[in-house]
Amino acid sequence: MKVAITSTGQSLDSNLDQRFGRCAFFVIYDTETGGVEILPNPNKDAEEGAGPASVQMVASKDVKKIISGEFGVKIKSLLDSLKIQMVVYKEPEKTVKSVIDMLNK
Amino acid sequence: MKIAVASGKGGTGKTFVATNLFNVLSGRGERVTLVDCDADAPDDLLFFPAEKISETEVTHQVPVINKDACTWCGRCSNWCNYNAIFYVPTAKVIEVIENLCHGCGACSFACNSDAITEKPVVLGTVTSFRTDRGYPLVEARLRVNEMSPVRVIKAAIKEAGEDGVVILDSPPGTSCPFIQTVDRADYVLLVTEPTPFGLSDLRQSVETLRTMNKQCGVIINRADIGDSGVKNYLREEQIPLLGVINYGTDIARSYSEGRLITEESEIMTGFFAGIADKIISEHGTGSN
Ligand code: SF4
Ligand code: SF4
Repeated sequence: MKVAITSTGQSLDSNLDQRFGRCAFFVIYDTETGGVEILPNPNKDAEEGAGPASVQMVASKDVKKIISGEFGVKIKSLLDSLKIQMVVYKEPEKTVKSVIDMLNK
Repeated sequence: MKIAVASGKGGTGKTFVATNLFNVLSGRGERVTLVDCDADAPDDLLFFPAEKISETEVTHQVPVINKDACTWCGRCSNWCNYNAIFYVPTAKVIEVIENLCHGCGACSFACNSDAITEKPVVLGTVTSFRTDRGYPLVEARLRVNEMSPVRVIKAAIKEAGEDGVVILDSPPGTSCPFIQTVDRADYVLLVTEPTPFGLSDLRQSVETLRTMNKQCGVIINRADIGDSGVKNYLREEQIPLLGVINYGTDIARSYSEGRLITEESEIMTGFFAGIADKIISEHGTGSN
Protein backbone atom coordinates (compact mmCIF):
# COMPACT_ATOMS: atom_id res chain seq x y z
CA MET A 1 0.00 0.00 0.00
CA LYS A 2 1.22 3.51 -0.79
CA VAL A 3 1.23 6.15 1.91
CA ALA A 4 1.75 9.88 1.39
CA ILE A 5 3.55 11.78 4.14
CA THR A 6 3.78 15.57 4.02
CA SER A 7 7.36 16.74 4.41
CA THR A 8 9.03 20.09 4.98
CA GLY A 9 12.07 19.10 2.91
CA GLN A 10 13.44 16.81 0.27
CA SER A 11 14.91 14.11 2.49
CA LEU A 12 13.65 11.52 4.94
CA ASP A 13 15.35 13.45 7.72
CA SER A 14 13.08 16.42 7.07
CA ASN A 15 10.28 17.07 9.48
CA LEU A 16 6.67 16.18 8.95
CA ASP A 17 4.98 19.20 7.33
CA GLN A 18 1.95 20.20 9.36
CA ARG A 19 -0.06 21.56 6.43
CA PHE A 20 -1.51 19.10 3.99
CA GLY A 21 -2.49 21.19 0.95
CA ARG A 22 0.42 23.60 1.24
CA CYS A 23 3.17 21.25 2.36
CA ALA A 24 6.56 21.61 0.70
CA PHE A 25 6.97 17.98 -0.43
CA PHE A 26 5.07 14.72 -0.51
CA VAL A 27 6.97 11.60 0.40
CA ILE A 28 5.22 8.59 -1.10
CA TYR A 29 6.20 5.43 0.68
CA ASP A 30 5.30 1.96 -0.49
CA THR A 31 4.85 -0.34 2.50
CA GLU A 32 5.23 -3.47 0.39
CA THR A 33 8.40 -2.65 -1.54
CA GLY A 34 9.89 -0.07 0.82
CA GLY A 35 10.21 2.25 -2.20
CA VAL A 36 10.22 6.00 -1.66
CA GLU A 37 9.29 8.76 -4.07
CA ILE A 38 9.68 12.43 -3.15
CA LEU A 39 7.56 14.94 -5.04
CA PRO A 40 7.57 18.73 -4.71
CA ASN A 41 4.06 20.07 -4.12
CA PRO A 42 3.12 22.23 -7.12
CA ASN A 43 0.11 23.62 -5.18
CA LYS A 44 2.15 24.97 -2.30
CA ASP A 45 1.57 28.59 -3.28
CA ALA A 46 -1.81 28.23 -5.00
CA GLU A 47 -4.05 31.14 -4.10
CA GLU A 48 -7.08 28.92 -3.68
CA GLY A 49 -7.87 25.25 -3.77
CA ALA A 50 -4.47 23.93 -2.72
CA GLY A 51 -6.13 21.17 -0.69
CA PRO A 52 -8.28 19.60 -3.40
CA ALA A 53 -5.50 19.94 -5.98
CA SER A 54 -3.10 18.15 -3.66
CA VAL A 55 -5.59 15.35 -3.04
CA GLN A 56 -5.95 15.01 -6.80
CA MET A 57 -2.21 14.73 -7.23
CA VAL A 58 -1.67 12.26 -4.41
CA ALA A 59 -4.65 10.17 -5.55
CA SER A 60 -3.16 9.90 -9.03
CA LYS A 61 -0.21 8.08 -7.39
CA ASP A 62 -2.63 5.48 -6.07
CA VAL A 63 -2.05 6.42 -2.46
CA LYS A 64 -4.39 4.85 0.09
CA LYS A 65 -3.37 6.72 3.21
CA ILE A 66 -2.19 10.28 3.91
CA ILE A 67 -0.34 11.37 7.03
CA SER A 68 -0.16 15.08 7.85
CA GLY A 69 -0.56 17.55 10.71
CA GLU A 70 -3.85 19.00 9.58
CA PHE A 71 -6.36 18.80 6.77
CA GLY A 72 -8.70 21.53 5.55
CA VAL A 73 -12.44 21.07 6.02
CA LYS A 74 -13.04 20.55 2.32
CA ILE A 75 -10.65 17.66 2.17
CA LYS A 76 -12.40 15.03 4.20
CA SER A 77 -15.32 14.37 1.88
CA LEU A 78 -13.02 14.23 -1.13
CA LEU A 79 -10.81 11.66 0.56
CA ASP A 80 -13.87 9.68 1.59
CA SER A 81 -15.09 9.54 -1.98
CA LEU A 82 -11.71 8.17 -3.00
CA LYS A 83 -11.53 5.80 -0.04
CA ILE A 84 -8.24 7.31 1.07
CA GLN A 85 -7.59 7.22 4.78
CA MET A 86 -6.56 10.44 6.46
CA VAL A 87 -4.27 10.29 9.47
CA VAL A 88 -3.88 13.44 11.55
CA TYR A 89 -0.49 13.40 13.24
CA LYS A 90 0.27 16.68 15.00
CA GLU A 91 3.98 16.14 15.64
CA PRO A 92 5.95 18.91 13.92
CA GLU A 93 9.19 17.71 15.53
CA LYS A 94 8.97 14.20 14.08
CA THR A 95 10.97 13.33 10.98
CA VAL A 96 9.49 11.62 7.96
CA LYS A 97 11.76 8.70 8.67
CA SER A 98 10.32 8.17 12.13
CA VAL A 99 6.82 8.20 10.65
CA ILE A 100 7.88 5.53 8.17
CA ASP A 101 9.34 3.49 11.01
CA MET A 102 6.00 3.67 12.77
CA LEU A 103 4.28 2.33 9.66
CA ASN A 104 6.61 -0.65 9.66
CA LYS A 105 6.02 -1.63 13.24
CA MET B 1 -16.36 61.41 -9.28
CA LYS B 2 -15.48 58.21 -7.45
CA ILE B 3 -13.17 58.20 -4.45
CA ALA B 4 -11.93 54.83 -3.18
CA VAL B 5 -10.92 54.64 0.47
CA ALA B 6 -8.48 51.77 0.92
CA SER B 7 -5.81 50.29 3.14
CA GLY B 8 -3.30 47.47 2.89
CA LYS B 9 -4.95 45.55 5.68
CA GLY B 10 -8.15 45.68 7.68
CA GLY B 11 -8.52 47.60 10.92
CA THR B 12 -6.46 50.67 10.03
CA GLY B 13 -9.41 53.02 9.96
CA LYS B 14 -10.58 52.72 6.37
CA THR B 15 -14.23 52.36 7.33
CA PHE B 16 -13.81 55.18 9.84
CA VAL B 17 -12.60 57.50 7.08
CA ALA B 18 -15.15 56.39 4.47
CA THR B 19 -18.18 56.72 6.75
CA ASN B 20 -17.12 60.09 8.11
CA LEU B 21 -16.36 61.51 4.66
CA PHE B 22 -19.80 60.41 3.54
CA ASN B 23 -21.38 61.90 6.63
CA VAL B 24 -19.67 65.25 6.18
CA LEU B 25 -20.62 65.55 2.51
CA SER B 26 -24.21 64.49 3.09
CA GLY B 27 -24.39 66.85 6.07
CA ARG B 28 -23.57 69.68 3.68
CA GLY B 29 -26.31 68.61 1.31
CA GLU B 30 -24.02 67.44 -1.48
CA ARG B 31 -24.94 64.62 -3.78
CA VAL B 32 -23.00 61.70 -2.38
CA THR B 33 -23.30 57.92 -2.29
CA LEU B 34 -21.43 55.45 -0.09
CA VAL B 35 -20.68 51.99 -1.46
CA ASP B 36 -19.46 49.35 0.97
CA CYS B 37 -17.24 47.21 -1.28
CA ASP B 38 -15.72 45.20 1.56
CA ALA B 39 -18.03 42.34 0.62
CA ASP B 40 -16.46 39.78 2.97
CA ALA B 41 -17.39 41.85 6.00
CA PRO B 42 -19.47 44.92 5.13
CA ASP B 43 -20.05 47.18 8.13
CA ASP B 44 -20.66 50.74 6.93
CA LEU B 45 -24.36 50.31 7.58
CA LEU B 46 -23.71 50.07 11.32
CA PHE B 47 -23.05 53.81 11.39
CA PHE B 48 -26.24 55.02 9.71
CA PRO B 49 -29.89 54.52 10.51
CA ALA B 50 -31.11 53.43 7.08
CA GLU B 51 -34.08 52.00 5.29
CA LYS B 52 -33.75 49.19 2.77
CA ILE B 53 -34.88 50.14 -0.74
CA SER B 54 -34.03 47.14 -2.86
CA GLU B 55 -32.00 43.97 -2.94
CA THR B 56 -30.64 42.02 -5.90
CA GLU B 57 -28.87 38.70 -6.00
CA VAL B 58 -25.65 38.40 -7.95
CA THR B 59 -25.13 35.03 -9.58
CA HIS B 60 -22.57 33.31 -11.73
CA GLN B 61 -22.66 30.15 -13.83
CA VAL B 62 -20.94 27.08 -12.43
CA PRO B 63 -20.44 23.83 -14.32
CA VAL B 64 -22.51 20.69 -13.82
CA ILE B 65 -20.79 17.55 -15.02
CA ASN B 66 -22.69 14.65 -16.47
CA LYS B 67 -20.53 11.68 -15.55
CA ASP B 68 -22.26 9.40 -18.05
CA ALA B 69 -21.17 11.58 -20.97
CA CYS B 70 -17.68 12.17 -19.60
CA THR B 71 -14.88 10.48 -21.52
CA TRP B 72 -12.28 11.12 -18.78
CA CYS B 73 -10.06 13.26 -20.94
CA GLY B 74 -9.18 15.66 -18.10
CA ARG B 75 -9.32 18.80 -20.23
CA CYS B 76 -11.76 20.62 -17.98
CA SER B 77 -9.58 20.11 -14.92
CA ASN B 78 -6.47 21.22 -16.81
CA TRP B 79 -8.14 24.34 -18.10
CA CYS B 80 -9.44 25.41 -14.73
CA ASN B 81 -7.13 27.99 -13.19
CA TYR B 82 -8.76 27.78 -9.80
CA ASN B 83 -8.46 24.11 -8.88
CA ALA B 84 -12.25 23.94 -8.94
CA ILE B 85 -12.59 20.65 -10.81
CA PHE B 86 -11.53 17.71 -8.72
CA TYR B 87 -10.55 15.00 -11.13
CA VAL B 88 -9.23 11.53 -10.31
CA PRO B 89 -9.87 9.37 -13.37
CA THR B 90 -8.46 6.18 -11.84
CA ALA B 91 -11.16 6.29 -9.18
CA LYS B 92 -13.77 7.58 -11.64
CA VAL B 93 -14.25 10.69 -9.55
CA ILE B 94 -14.95 14.08 -11.12
CA GLU B 95 -16.50 16.79 -9.03
CA VAL B 96 -17.01 20.54 -9.19
CA ILE B 97 -15.95 22.33 -6.01
CA GLU B 98 -18.46 25.12 -6.29
CA ASN B 99 -16.99 27.57 -3.84
CA LEU B 100 -13.66 27.54 -5.66
CA CYS B 101 -15.31 28.12 -9.04
CA HIS B 102 -14.99 31.62 -10.53
CA GLY B 103 -17.61 31.03 -13.18
CA CYS B 104 -15.16 31.70 -16.00
CA GLY B 105 -16.68 29.13 -18.37
CA ALA B 106 -13.32 27.69 -19.42
CA CYS B 107 -14.25 24.12 -18.51
CA SER B 108 -17.42 23.97 -20.58
CA PHE B 109 -15.49 25.44 -23.46
CA ALA B 110 -12.77 22.82 -23.01
CA CYS B 111 -15.09 19.82 -22.92
CA ASN B 112 -15.47 18.19 -26.32
CA SER B 113 -17.95 15.57 -25.12
CA ASP B 114 -20.93 17.73 -24.17
CA ALA B 115 -20.56 16.51 -20.62
CA ILE B 116 -20.72 19.98 -19.04
CA THR B 117 -23.76 22.19 -18.63
CA GLU B 118 -24.04 25.23 -16.36
CA LYS B 119 -26.30 26.35 -13.58
CA PRO B 120 -26.59 29.69 -11.78
CA VAL B 121 -25.26 29.97 -8.23
CA VAL B 122 -25.89 32.96 -6.00
CA LEU B 123 -22.60 34.66 -5.01
CA GLY B 124 -23.96 37.44 -2.91
CA THR B 125 -26.30 40.39 -2.76
CA VAL B 126 -26.29 44.07 -3.58
CA THR B 127 -28.57 46.01 -1.28
CA SER B 128 -29.56 49.64 -1.62
CA PHE B 129 -30.40 51.65 1.47
CA ARG B 130 -31.43 55.22 2.11
CA THR B 131 -29.98 56.82 5.23
CA ASP B 132 -32.18 58.86 7.55
CA ARG B 133 -30.86 61.97 5.82
CA GLY B 134 -32.02 60.58 2.50
CA TYR B 135 -28.65 59.57 1.05
CA PRO B 136 -27.97 56.35 -0.84
CA LEU B 137 -25.79 53.66 0.71
CA VAL B 138 -25.12 50.52 -1.34
CA GLU B 139 -23.81 47.38 0.27
CA ALA B 140 -22.01 44.48 -1.44
CA ARG B 141 -22.27 41.32 0.61
CA LEU B 142 -20.69 38.02 -0.30
CA ARG B 143 -22.48 34.80 0.62
CA VAL B 144 -20.86 32.82 3.40
CA ASN B 145 -18.43 30.24 1.93
CA GLU B 146 -18.15 31.97 -1.43
CA MET B 147 -14.60 32.97 -2.28
CA SER B 148 -14.75 35.53 -5.06
CA PRO B 149 -16.41 38.85 -4.26
CA VAL B 150 -15.42 40.61 -7.48
CA ARG B 151 -18.72 40.21 -9.31
CA VAL B 152 -20.69 41.36 -6.28
CA ILE B 153 -18.47 44.41 -5.86
CA LYS B 154 -18.78 45.36 -9.53
CA ALA B 155 -22.55 45.06 -9.34
CA ALA B 156 -22.67 47.28 -6.25
CA ILE B 157 -20.54 50.00 -7.86
CA LYS B 158 -22.76 49.88 -10.93
CA GLU B 159 -25.86 50.16 -8.76
CA ALA B 160 -24.43 53.33 -7.16
CA GLY B 161 -24.39 55.09 -10.52
CA GLU B 162 -22.36 58.12 -11.52
CA ASP B 163 -24.18 60.88 -9.72
CA GLY B 164 -22.16 63.32 -7.61
CA VAL B 165 -19.44 61.93 -5.38
CA VAL B 166 -19.36 58.16 -4.92
CA ILE B 167 -17.25 56.91 -2.02
CA LEU B 168 -16.03 53.32 -2.34
CA ASP B 169 -15.08 51.69 0.95
CA SER B 170 -12.64 49.21 -0.60
CA PRO B 171 -11.74 45.66 0.39
CA PRO B 172 -8.45 45.36 2.31
CA GLY B 173 -5.31 43.96 0.71
CA THR B 174 -3.99 44.41 -2.81
CA SER B 175 -5.47 41.38 -4.54
CA CYS B 176 -8.29 41.08 -7.09
CA PRO B 177 -11.15 42.58 -5.04
CA PHE B 178 -9.05 45.66 -4.20
CA ILE B 179 -7.90 46.09 -7.80
CA GLN B 180 -11.39 45.76 -9.22
CA THR B 181 -12.66 48.38 -6.77
CA VAL B 182 -9.95 51.01 -7.21
CA ASP B 183 -9.98 50.44 -10.95
CA ARG B 184 -13.30 52.26 -11.01
CA ALA B 185 -12.13 55.16 -8.87
CA ASP B 186 -10.86 58.56 -10.01
CA TYR B 187 -8.87 58.94 -6.81
CA VAL B 188 -7.66 56.60 -4.10
CA LEU B 189 -7.40 57.67 -0.50
CA LEU B 190 -5.10 55.32 1.40
CA VAL B 191 -5.39 55.02 5.16
CA THR B 192 -2.35 53.75 7.03
CA GLU B 193 -0.75 53.54 10.44
CA PRO B 194 2.72 54.96 11.09
CA THR B 195 4.31 51.62 11.95
CA PRO B 196 6.71 49.36 10.02
CA PHE B 197 3.77 47.06 9.20
CA GLY B 198 1.68 49.99 8.06
CA LEU B 199 4.55 51.16 5.88
CA SER B 200 5.06 47.81 4.23
CA ASP B 201 1.32 47.51 3.45
CA LEU B 202 1.27 51.09 2.19
CA ARG B 203 4.20 50.46 -0.08
CA GLN B 204 2.43 47.50 -1.64
CA SER B 205 -0.75 49.49 -2.19
CA VAL B 206 1.15 52.41 -3.72
CA GLU B 207 3.08 50.12 -6.06
CA THR B 208 -0.12 48.43 -7.20
CA LEU B 209 -1.82 51.78 -7.76
CA ARG B 210 1.15 53.07 -9.74
CA THR B 211 0.94 50.17 -12.17
CA MET B 212 -2.69 51.16 -12.62
CA ASN B 213 -1.90 54.86 -13.09
CA LYS B 214 -4.13 55.87 -10.20
CA GLN B 215 -3.82 59.15 -8.31
CA CYS B 216 -3.58 58.65 -4.59
CA GLY B 217 -3.11 60.46 -1.29
CA VAL B 218 -2.61 59.24 2.25
CA ILE B 219 -4.19 59.73 5.66
CA ILE B 220 -2.13 58.60 8.64
CA ASN B 221 -4.34 57.22 11.35
CA ARG B 222 -3.26 56.65 14.98
CA ALA B 223 -0.52 59.18 14.40
CA ASP B 224 0.20 59.19 18.14
CA ILE B 225 1.84 55.75 17.91
CA GLY B 226 4.67 54.44 15.74
CA ASP B 227 7.55 56.19 14.04
CA SER B 228 8.33 58.58 11.19
CA GLY B 229 8.89 55.86 8.57
CA VAL B 230 5.62 56.46 6.74
CA LYS B 231 6.15 60.22 6.59
CA ASN B 232 9.67 59.81 5.24
CA TYR B 233 8.43 57.40 2.62
CA LEU B 234 5.68 59.78 1.48
CA ARG B 235 8.19 62.61 1.19
CA GLU B 236 10.64 60.51 -0.82
CA GLU B 237 7.95 59.23 -3.14
CA GLN B 238 6.21 62.62 -3.36
CA ILE B 239 2.86 61.23 -2.34
CA PRO B 240 0.53 63.84 -0.83
CA LEU B 241 -0.16 63.48 2.89
CA LEU B 242 -3.74 64.67 3.18
CA GLY B 243 -4.16 64.47 6.91
CA VAL B 244 -3.12 63.01 10.20
CA ILE B 245 -5.51 61.63 12.81
CA ASN B 246 -4.64 61.24 16.44
CA TYR B 247 -6.93 58.40 17.24
CA GLY B 248 -7.65 59.40 20.83
CA THR B 249 -9.97 57.73 23.28
CA ASP B 250 -12.96 59.86 22.30
CA ILE B 251 -12.67 58.79 18.66
CA ALA B 252 -12.10 55.17 19.58
CA ARG B 253 -15.10 55.14 21.88
CA SER B 254 -17.52 56.75 19.47
CA TYR B 255 -16.34 54.43 16.67
CA SER B 256 -16.65 51.28 18.74
CA GLU B 257 -20.15 52.31 19.75
CA GLY B 258 -21.17 52.74 16.11
CA ARG B 259 -21.28 56.53 16.14
CA LEU B 260 -19.67 59.03 13.79
CA ILE B 261 -17.05 61.39 15.14
CA THR B 262 -18.20 64.01 12.63
CA GLU B 263 -21.51 64.13 14.52
CA GLU B 264 -19.68 64.83 17.76
CA SER B 265 -16.63 66.92 17.04
CA GLU B 266 -16.49 70.11 15.00
CA ILE B 267 -12.75 69.77 14.63
CA MET B 268 -13.11 66.36 13.00
CA THR B 269 -15.96 67.60 10.79
CA GLY B 270 -13.67 70.37 9.57
CA PHE B 271 -10.86 67.88 9.07
CA PHE B 272 -12.88 65.56 6.83
CA ALA B 273 -14.52 68.45 4.98
CA GLY B 274 -11.06 69.82 4.21
CA ILE B 275 -9.90 66.48 2.81
CA ALA B 276 -13.04 66.06 0.69
CA ASP B 277 -12.73 69.59 -0.69
CA LYS B 278 -9.09 69.11 -1.57
CA ILE B 279 -9.70 65.87 -3.43
CA ILE B 280 -12.77 67.13 -5.25
CA SER B 281 -11.25 70.45 -6.28
CA GLU B 282 -8.04 68.85 -7.51
CA HIS B 283 -9.31 65.67 -9.08
CA GLY B 284 -12.95 65.98 -10.01
CA THR B 285 -15.88 68.29 -10.48
CA GLY B 286 -18.09 66.64 -7.92
CA SER B 287 -20.64 65.85 -10.56
CA ASN B 288 -18.62 63.86 -13.05
S1 SF4 C 1 -16.16 27.78 -14.69
FE1 SF4 C 1 -13.98 28.30 -14.68
S2 SF4 C 1 -13.46 28.37 -12.52
FE2 SF4 C 1 -15.40 27.28 -12.66
S3 SF4 C 1 -14.82 25.16 -12.74
FE3 SF4 C 1 -15.02 25.85 -14.86
S4 SF4 C 1 -12.96 26.45 -15.43
FE4 SF4 C 1 -12.97 26.29 -13.21
S1 SF4 D 1 -13.56 17.83 -20.36
FE1 SF4 D 1 -15.57 16.81 -20.45
S2 SF4 D 1 -15.09 14.72 -21.05
FE2 SF4 D 1 -13.16 15.65 -20.40
S3 SF4 D 1 -12.98 15.10 -18.25
FE3 SF4 D 1 -14.00 17.08 -18.32
S4 SF4 D 1 -16.19 16.61 -18.33
FE4 SF4 D 1 -15.12 14.72 -18.83
